[in-house]
Amino acid sequence: MNLVRQANTTTWLSPHTGQVWELVIGLEVHCQLATRSKLFCGCAVEFGAAPNTRVCAVCSAQPGSLPVLNGEALRLAVRAGLALGCSIAARTHFDRKHYFYCDLPKGYQISQATRPFCTGGGVRLRSGKLVRLQRIHLEEDAGKAIHDRGPWTLVDLNRAGVPLIESVTEADLSAPEEAVEYLTALKEMLQHAGVSACDMEKGELRCDVNVSVRKPGAGYGTKVEIKNLNSFRFVAAAIEYELQRQVAALESGDPAQRLVQETRLWDTEQGVTRSMRTKEGAADYRYMPEPDLPELQLPASFVERERSMLGEPPAERRARWQQQWHLAAKDAEALTHTRELADWFEAAVRAGAPPKECASFLLNEVLTAQPDSLSLLLPRQVAALVTMVAAGEVSHASARSVLRVTLAEGTEPEVVVQQQGLRMVLDTRQIEAWCRQALVGREAIIADVKAGKVAAVNALLGPALKLAAGKANAAVVRETLLRLIAES
Amino acid sequence: MTRPTPNTWLHLDATQLAHEHRSGARSVVDTIAACCARSQRLQPRWNAFLALDCERALARAHTLEHAATRGRLHGVPIAVKANLAVEGLESSCASRLLVGWRAPYTATAVARLEAEGAVVIGTTNMDEYAMGSSGESSAFGPTRNPWDEARAPGGSSSGSAAAVAGHLVPLALGTDTGGSVRQPAAWCGLAGFKPTWGRISRYGLVAYASSLDCVAPLARSMRDLDLALDIMAGPDARDATCSPTALHESVPFKDLQGLVLGVPHEWRAALTDGPSRAAFEACVEAARAAGARIVELSLPLTRHAVSCYYLLATVEAASNLARFDGLRYGVRAAAHSSSLAASIAASRTQGFGAEVKRRIVLGTYALSAGHAEAWHTHAAKVRTLVCREFDEAWSACDALLGPTTPFPAIRLGERSNDPLSLYACDALTTPVSLAGLPAAALRTPLVEHEGGQLPTGAQVVTPHGADRLALRIAEVLETQLGTQALLSPAAEVQA
Ligand SMILES: [Zn+2]
Repeated sequence: MNLVRQANTTTWLSPHTGQVWELVIGLEVHCQLATRSKLFCGCAVEFGAAPNTRVCAVCSAQPGSLPVLNGEALRLAVRAGLALGCSIAARTHFDRKHYFYCDLPKGYQISQATRPFCTGGGVRLRSGKLVRLQRIHLEEDAGKAIHDRGPWTLVDLNRAGVPLIESVTEADLSAPEEAVEYLTALKEMLQHAGVSACDMEKGELRCDVNVSVRKPGAGYGTKVEIKNLNSFRFVAAAIEYELQRQVAALESGDPAQRLVQETRLWDTEQGVTRSMRTKEGAADYRYMPEPDLPELQLPASFVERERSMLGEPPAERRARWQQQWHLAAKDAEALTHTRELADWFEAAVRAGAPPKECASFLLNEVLTAQPDSLSLLLPRQVAALVTMVAAGEVSHASARSVLRVTLAEGTEPEVVVQQQGLRMVLDTRQIEAWCRQALVGREAIIADVKAGKVAAVNALLGPALKLAAGKANAAVVRETLLRLIAES
Repeated sequence: MTRPTPNTWLHLDATQLAHEHRSGARSVVDTIAACCARSQRLQPRWNAFLALDCERALARAHTLEHAATRGRLHGVPIAVKANLAVEGLESSCASRLLVGWRAPYTATAVARLEAEGAVVIGTTNMDEYAMGSSGESSAFGPTRNPWDEARAPGGSSSGSAAAVAGHLVPLALGTDTGGSVRQPAAWCGLAGFKPTWGRISRYGLVAYASSLDCVAPLARSMRDLDLALDIMAGPDARDATCSPTALHESVPFKDLQGLVLGVPHEWRAALTDGPSRAAFEACVEAARAAGARIVELSLPLTRHAVSCYYLLATVEAASNLARFDGLRYGVRAAAHSSSLAASIAASRTQGFGAEVKRRIVLGTYALSAGHAEAWHTHAAKVRTLVCREFDEAWSACDALLGPTTPFPAIRLGERSNDPLSLYACDALTTPVSLAGLPAAALRTPLVEHEGGQLPTGAQVVTPHGADRLALRIAEVLETQLGTQALLSPAAEVQA
């Protein structure tokens, strides 16, 4: 079966029955906080460390050990809530969520059930649609169970106790691309607020999707949860797959295909979802208040301090750059890829660089030069170079070679220009002298130009620039040649 | 103070023993060697210890003997309940599942006692994971009461109580969740103290019911309890629930002039046998004689305390014991299949005893979907009401005085087939636990019971944070009653 998307809508047409369908999507995103240590102990958070080397009595659940909350994690979690416009609870507490698994040392996860520290808020899509957040809560990650190294299961507890925030949306999304746009925006906001690096390859951002289908205007259909989606591409593909599967099941009327509320896993290889467990087999997590951690109080001063750390939301920043500095939308987008890059660019502009030229120089020259360019340069160095180029004092070609020297040796751009004699000649009399020399014996061309074939002057450009040894601006030389011909 | 017997360390309390070690009047090595020898010899008799480590204790005694700094417990041998972590010692919680588990770290309370010169000689027998009131739920056999070896010493801190009552050590640590130190104190004729919840760090205490668990000392003098409290109390960066407020200054007083003691008639009424009632009335008379004004008051929720306690404690226990899956430590049982669930189920089925399983099942049920509202949530509300009832009592009196247990020590096996009748032993201790209040267990006169002489006890309960007030009142009452020098027949037992 292949449903047909109706143009410019979020509805799909079934070619067999003529029925129109729509999607109802909600997202649950786990995001790893950028803390140095775990949520309830002092163990370092370090991706790729040798298995079970970042483990202590607390995170391996030795009898008698107790959790102590990492203040840094709490700050970042509150900051995430603020970045997403949530209201922050003044008082909140932790709960235990029980289940047995080999990667969960305590037999329960410390999480938040009844009183999450963030409620409300949301993310606005480009279409103007607001994707509302239900809640954000703070919890610890489980360890890792590795099943593919022989007849046994290996457990690595390095990840056990790493701080996560889980954000849950309302079922406000109605198309795969909306889900991807929401996730992209969420990721960007969390990165820019310094909450998380959101590196999906390291599992720092993980996503579960709730999908159901319905006829327009009808009530909610049977919901399916899809887990194991570690890229935005898979999120879109899984939603697309579920749309087709669920509609096919509903239209077939086949009791064997009857939809049930269940958890499904995304099979990356086959591009399909597979049933993991149905609701009847769902775990009873037996939430209870965590007696080992006192109630959490978040005074207003604490929340305000985090608000001041937020920085400008990336979308607002882009809009400001486009409006104030006339940056191209594409450049603004590229420069807000990370908060570091955006901050760097702003610093260069503050140091005097003309914004548009600075943006294109950064994107086309600096970032393409070498991967660690930004860490080898100072914003004011790029500002100085871009300013010289914009003023016509240094040619584009020279600027590129100056950049190479500054990157390699750290020499100030002005000094490189000086030492290598790259400064352009701006003296009109000198330029006139070179042009006059180039005109000698070229009467035919002069005549052509005078006759209106202006392009003929280009034949003189090369010789004139050669006389100037590349230190004259081609446009200025061309203008001077035309003026001299006209005056002759 | 105990009866003066200068030639033996047996009868000295911890304060006196430390004093003699510090002054050089007594050798630490001699004391520890004698203590270890006695404990080893008498182990078959009372089964007080689960692990004795004399080598470790003697090595430490040698170090202390020549130490330049001498702490307030210099060279004092102590015993520690086997649910407290002592680095390198086996702390099995009297469970088959934890056999061989040696703590990789030391509990804060134990570390603080050691820093003052205490020498841990071993970990003591107990009801498995502190679940019991008689010491009989240990996987390693019951502990016997040194007053009458056919009787239970009380529980769950059975071994610690027997070790102090048997004059193996002058001071021992137990834990009190619903009465696990106060009740054995009453049955073994000891002084015991349950602090305000959160007063002593729980770091290193293997959790049974976290919101009720307290580290609690047992001794033969109130001053030892006060000293131990002073050393162990105070904030701990490893326990977020540990109170930052300081203990009140220790001001001993001679009498109870100006104090009002409330006697809840529901507590008094819980005493069923005549001799126990007489012993408690003697205590009330002693309070009056010491100058206290006695007021009778009512705590009607007392009768709900046991059911409320068993719901809340078992819910937390089911959660706290979830970590015992046999995967990372302890004993992993062979399973009939290779699945993870089968392995966990086998380890828990074979590793846990009947009482522990009973409580896990009860606690799991009381928190499960569809039942949590009726049981757990309801019990939590009752707990709030119990707290409120105590708060109201403080407007009428400075402290409460009541019996600790409804009856003296039971015979071993007497109630093992009837868990509910065993839970009834906790009727007078659990209300205090639910409210998180401090309580000092003191010795009241011996009673004639079933043809023998048995100890009885009373408890002084004070408001939140007034830990020392409870100890001071108890001290005056014991002096007035003459029970401060109570010696068990075990003191005469020669090793
Ligand atoms: Zn750790």
